[in-house]
Amino acid sequence: MRLIPNRAWAATLLFTAFALLPLIAVWLDDIYLIVIATRILAYAIAALALDLILGYGGMVSFGHAAYLGIGAYSVAILSRAGITDLGLHLLAAICAAAVFALVTGAISLRTRGIYFIMITLAFAQMAYFFFVSLSAYGGDDGVTLAARSTVFGQPLLESDTALYYTGLALLVGLYLLAVAITRSRFGRVLTGTRENPVRMQAIGFSPFRYQLTAFVISGCMASVAGVMLANQTSFVSPAFMDWHRSGELVVMVVFGGIGNLLGAIAGATIALLLEEWLAILTEHWQILFGLILVLVVLYSRDGLTGFFRRRL
Amino acid sequence: MSLLEVRNLRKSYGALKVTDDLDLTVDEGELHAIIGPNGAGKTTLISQLAGQAGSDGGSVRFAGTEMMGMPMHRRVRAGMSRSFQITSILPGFSVLENVAAAVQARSGSSFRFFAPVSKEQALNDAALAVLARVGIADRAFFRAGSLSHGEKRQLELAIALATRPRLLLLDEPLAGTSGQEADRLVEVMRGLKRDVTLVLIEHDMDAVFALADRISVLVYGRIIATGRPEQIRDDARVRTAYLGEEAGEGS
Amino acid sequence: MTSLFLIQFLNGVQFGILLFLIAAGLTLVFGIMDFVNLAHGVIYMVGAYLAVTFSQLTGSYGLGLLLTLPATLLVGLVLELLVFRKLYDRPHLDQVLATFGLVMIISEGVEVIWGSAPLSVRMPELLSGSVPLIGPLRYPVFRLVVIGAGLATAVALWLIITRTRIGMRLRAGATNRAMVSALGVDIRSLFTIIFAFGAMLAGFAGAMVAPILTVDPGMGESVLILAFVVIVIGGIGSVKGAFAGALLVGLVDTMGRSFGPIILRSFLDPSAAGQTGRVLAPMLVYILMAVILSVRPAGLFGARS
Ligand SMILES: Nc1ncnc2c1ncn2[C@@H]1O[C@H](COP(=O)(O)OP(=O)(O)OP(=O)(O)O)[C@@H](O)[C@H]1O
Ligand SMILES: [Mg+2]
Repeated sequence: MRLIPNRAWAATLLFTAFALLPLIAVWLDDIYLIVIATRILAYAIAALALDLILGYGGMVSFGHAAYLGIGAYSVAILSRAGITDLGLHLLAAICAAAVFALVTGAISLRTRGIYFIMITLAFAQMAYFFFVSLSAYGGDDGVTLAARSTVFGQPLLESDTALYYTGLALLVGLYLLAVAITRSRFGRVLTGTRENPVRMQAIGFSPFRYQLTAFVISGCMASVAGVMLANQTSFVSPAFMDWHRSGELVVMVVFGGIGNLLGAIAGATIALLLEEWLAILTEHWQILFGLILVLVVLYSRDGLTGFFRRRL
Repeated sequence: MSLLEVRNLRKSYGALKVTDDLDLTVDEGELHAIIGPNGAGKTTLISQLAGQAGSDGGSVRFAGTEMMGMPMHRRVRAGMSRSFQITSILPGFSVLENVAAAVQARSGSSFRFFAPVSKEQALNDAALAVLARVGIADRAFFRAGSLSHGEKRQLELAIALATRPRLLLLDEPLAGTSGQEADRLVEVMRGLKRDVTLVLIEHDMDAVFALADRISVLVYGRIIATGRPEQIRDDARVRTAYLGEEAGEGS
Repeated sequence: MTSLFLIQFLNGVQFGILLFLIAAGLTLVFGIMDFVNLAHGVIYMVGAYLAVTFSQLTGSYGLGLLLTLPATLLVGLVLELLVFRKLYDRPHLDQVLATFGLVMIISEGVEVIWGSAPLSVRMPELLSGSVPLIGPLRYPVFRLVVIGAGLATAVALWLIITRTRIGMRLRAGATNRAMVSALGVDIRSLFTIIFAFGAMLAGFAGAMVAPILTVDPGMGESVLILAFVVIVIGGIGSVKGAFAGALLVGLVDTMGRSFGPIILRSFLDPSAAGQTGRVLAPMLVYILMAVILSVRPAGLFGARS
């Protein structure tokens, strides 16, 4: 209870910092800063989405990059068809993600534990191959977007700053939505199921329906991140849903502290900045990143999950 | 009138027949105790009745409806709740939330995503009332995982009660409680007898003989005797099979 | 048509055998230790690279293959002692993260050592020919050898598991973990052995295919996920399931790619059939997995879910 004002303060602080960032970029005359920050926003949205099911629902999805791809390809496919409006891109992404999450979630949720991890991974790989074989959209190589999404028919997002603020608005909106969900009746059932599924059944809840609903909500949210990423890079390819990317999303959530929505945003920021920084040090930054990951998991007392677990 | 009718209920774990063609009838309004030695299959029976464990065959009719094949959460909504011998709570939730979740399950849809549930006064009030009834209202805002063992047993009962069952299946509610806590729980159960039908599994014979309207004795998956407490006390088969000295001491 | 069918059938079996070698170690590790190992695929890749290097050093593929076996066994041992051992009692999430970290390290490390350009190893002269099947049809000897070696490994595994004491413990462990420790078996060393052995099987698979596939840094990843599909289909912990699942996945994947478009042509016009076939074929094994899971959530031979 006492935590709530603190969290609201932390959120306000974090989002204010994000809002001021373009000013700093202008002051430093460093445009690349905005590009990185926009990527951070997109991944923060995806990490937030993942945290909703991983942190609150106890579902370790190792295939969330699929939704990045679904969102990104929604932009590519609609743009090709002459539909450029951002709102419609988002709508299409969310609908496609909902269908994919509903079908794969319904099957994955019949299982538990390592089965669930492997199956979500496998389904993401299926989506990956689906887009690889879409030769009309460049197959393996992907496709370059002619332009970014439009707003009210205007090419407003061509400005990096405008795209950045759009991303920030989406992030803040989805964050508030996610916070509301975790505190709602639905959120209580979801969290209770993570804590003790048998107990929840013994008071009259069927965990499956709630978990599946959460899975679908999370997928839809993550697809928004895909729409953002496609616009940021003006390029879409199956690499968006490489399983490494799914892994990185899990890393972000855990870095920030699972079951702590603001933490997911912080985790995405930390992970991407760490990547950027290590990449400056060496071309083979993945070795260092992997090493850090392994060491942190091994040598924090209860493992990474315990190390970063929200202290009550 | 009978509320629960169990016929030819069966379950095996491999070669072990844990529930062996079991028949049981529980009347509306009674407190029906089931006693039996360790490993007799009492917990398994409760799990089968509640729908948590599957059955190999037989019939479970509750208020005239066949329950066989119905999952646990639907049986709960039909009015049949259980408590667990091994405490099963939501350790990270507050005590109040544990009970409020059970109230929530029976009042309105839980597919509500926006309004904060902690501000739903109706849920909290109902939960507090149940907590007061079992005597741990003062712990309402504690983390459930931090309660003492006895308090967790009280919470366990509170959660089951909060589902407002017509039939309550209690699996050793007194297990591991101190004398004072046990007395309290016995009083709670005595109070419950007025408005809930109870199936009580308990090793504490003082409590069983003080509370039960009828007692069934379960040995190796079969009910070997059913009757009023004094009949059970005097039943030779029961004495040899199970009660032995305890009955002698009790009388 | 029948000849194409026969060839593709053999290719499917060969792919299935390969998947089995990778999945066998994985499924034991999953079943007995309840452990998610994402790094199993990169060990297969390391096996292929080591086979290339050892073949070049010794001038003989056969010797290279022989040296790869103890080398990958050693890799498995070292990883188990340094990393995996500390993770058995941890939540799946920790296991996933740590082994994901290993994947990053090893994949990138392989690129540092061997570069990112694809490598290949020359097939031994003796096995580079082809043998007649029926009529004018011929099939490469080497692929038959891969099938034969894989089947021999499967039989050996089956004998170990059904006929030896250690196999008995494995079976007990795969279905009931608590039982193994109750039997007073030294769990630690059993785990170490399984891990190292599984790594060696994966390395063996990598070395076997080095002459027929290109050896590149991405080769471990797609195979890892297919091995997961195999295990999920077969049922976690079941070597028999892994065998059935691997053959099923190998056949469905290979046959789907070549015959999918042909079959579709009977419903669709040729260009649509070709296109749909190309899109559907790589997804077939995942659809197969989905169907099997909806019917049997614990897999074909799985005891638990
Ligand atoms: N999941 C299971 N798998 C195999 N055997 C089981 C399982 N659950 C219970 N059993 C066995 O079934 C028998 C009955 O167990 P059960 O827990 O129902 O007994 P109980 O009467 O509740 O005993 P207690 O008084 O100790 O609580 C025991 O022999 C037990 O070992
Ligand atoms: Mg019991």
